[in-house]
Amino acid sequence: MIVKILKRLFIILVLLFLYLPILILAVYSFTSSTQIGAIRGFSLKNYVTLVTTPELTGMIAGTISLAVAAALIATVLGTMGALGAFYSGRKMSSMITTLNQIPVINADVVTGFSICILLVVAFHISKDSYIPLLAGHVTLCAPFVFLSVMPRITQMDPSIYEAALDLGATPFRALIEVVIPQIVPGIISGFALAVTLSLDDYFIATYTKPATFDTISTYVVNATKGAQTTIKTALWALSTVIFVIVVLVVLISNIRALRSQGELRKEGRNV
Amino acid sequence: MQFSRKHLGIPYAVFLLVFVAAPLLFLCYYAFTNGQGQFTLRNLSGFFTDPNTLGTLFYSLLVAVVTTVVCLLLAYPVAYILAKSRLRSRSVILMLFIMPMWINFSLRVTALKEILTVIEGNLAMFPFLNAIIGMTYDFLPFMILPIYTTISRLDDALREAAMDLGADSVQTFLRITLPLSVPGIISGISMVFLPAMTNYVILDMLYNSTYIMGSLIGSYFSAYNWNGGSMISLVLLAMICIFTLLTGGGEEETGRGGALL
Repeated sequence: MIVKILKRLFIILVLLFLYLPILILAVYSFTSSTQIGAIRGFSLKNYVTLVTTPELTGMIAGTISLAVAAALIATVLGTMGALGAFYSGRKMSSMITTLNQIPVINADVVTGFSICILLVVAFHISKDSYIPLLAGHVTLCAPFVFLSVMPRITQMDPSIYEAALDLGATPFRALIEVVIPQIVPGIISGFALAVTLSLDDYFIATYTKPATFDTISTYVVNATKGAQTTIKTALWALSTVIFVIVVLVVLISNIRALRSQGELRKEGRNV
Repeated sequence: MQFSRKHLGIPYAVFLLVFVAAPLLFLCYYAFTNGQGQFTLRNLSGFFTDPNTLGTLFYSLLVAVVTTVVCLLLAYPVAYILAKSRLRSRSVILMLFIMPMWINFSLRVTALKEILTVIEGNLAMFPFLNAIIGMTYDFLPFMILPIYTTISRLDDALREAAMDLGADSVQTFLRITLPLSVPGIISGISMVFLPAMTNYVILDMLYNSTYIMGSLIGSYFSAYNWNGGSMISLVLLAMICIFTLLTGGGEEETGRGGALL
């Protein structure tokens, strides 16, 4: 009994460590205080600042556009790469797989710096063109798309593709209508992973972004260094909004997963 | 040319050569040349003779080791308790531990900074402690997930057999569960150790003026010293390679990839 209580207590303490800062910040985001600890009245001023300051809304829109663009390119490249690597000879396949592993295990600082060295320092491509930034984020994301698509391809039954060819489909048509539909779950989770990686990135953006452009990460990091301003407390509101969005997404996807499990069980019973 | 499935890999292969292989080659070039493009070993010898960079190397090794140990001491019990519990809600609780991975780290560290400021007053007074707290706060989920996955896949029959053969629960844990969960522990360590050596922005945000290896790249970058920064990157890269070989990492795509269940 005591062991059970201690176990629960430990779990709760670690959860508090992870969530207390976010939750306290969330409470304070609804007040007019500029400092944690100072108790002031209820206020929505932080949320108003968040949605009405062009600097903030522009930064958020920029971050999201970058994440979506990078994730789309990474998903196309990574998926094609996984298919190509799987169907190629051993040499080509192992080259792609090995190179693919490098950004995965490498430190983001080194990835970002090395892309800056190649594109900006050696080839003088202006950071203002957004090319280094986009290339950096695709390099960060594509390997993870590759890794999430690959297991789906290896699990596939090759005879279905052969059957499509025997029935007269061209290789291209068989690919689009037979192979791709079977690996869609891997593509979707790869895309989602790419979006979250891009949204969370700081280092690659710092080394490759135009001076006038900021992602949420680079903006927040710079803001924490300055004085306590209205924009800084508006970031508490942003933190709360993102927290709520993440909670909702997790809840919805979990409910869906639970439901489909329930349906499976029901189907099983009918059979 | 007729379409073949093999050709699908070509764009990605070219992409990897241009944006993964070429940057590393240029890193080597800049690391072994000076500002005028002449070959030199000064960047390399400078790294190993400058007491500042060597001090940074040892300090960041210390930060990384302590962070990893603290994460392990917190994560292992959490993962073990969750994996062994028969609670229906355990997948929900696991989700709670993983969810922070999806919230932007800079916003989470801001929250931590505000709370620590209330507790400690001046954050600059406790640089080492704050470095450990900040990194543990950020990386803990990455340690919990692989360990949980490994323990929950263990075959209960092994534990039961040990118990049947007369081992008590402590012996069973030490001789069955713990050794079998080593792969998860190693994969967790590789998720925490390297970021703890390089993720200097967590320290920056906590008003920390101490330097870890990543900070050196950051400061060379701000000073437009591409050669110095390239050498630090190469040293880090070498350490990452050694570390990966030691842990046999990379074979399981848990880690960051595992964040998406």
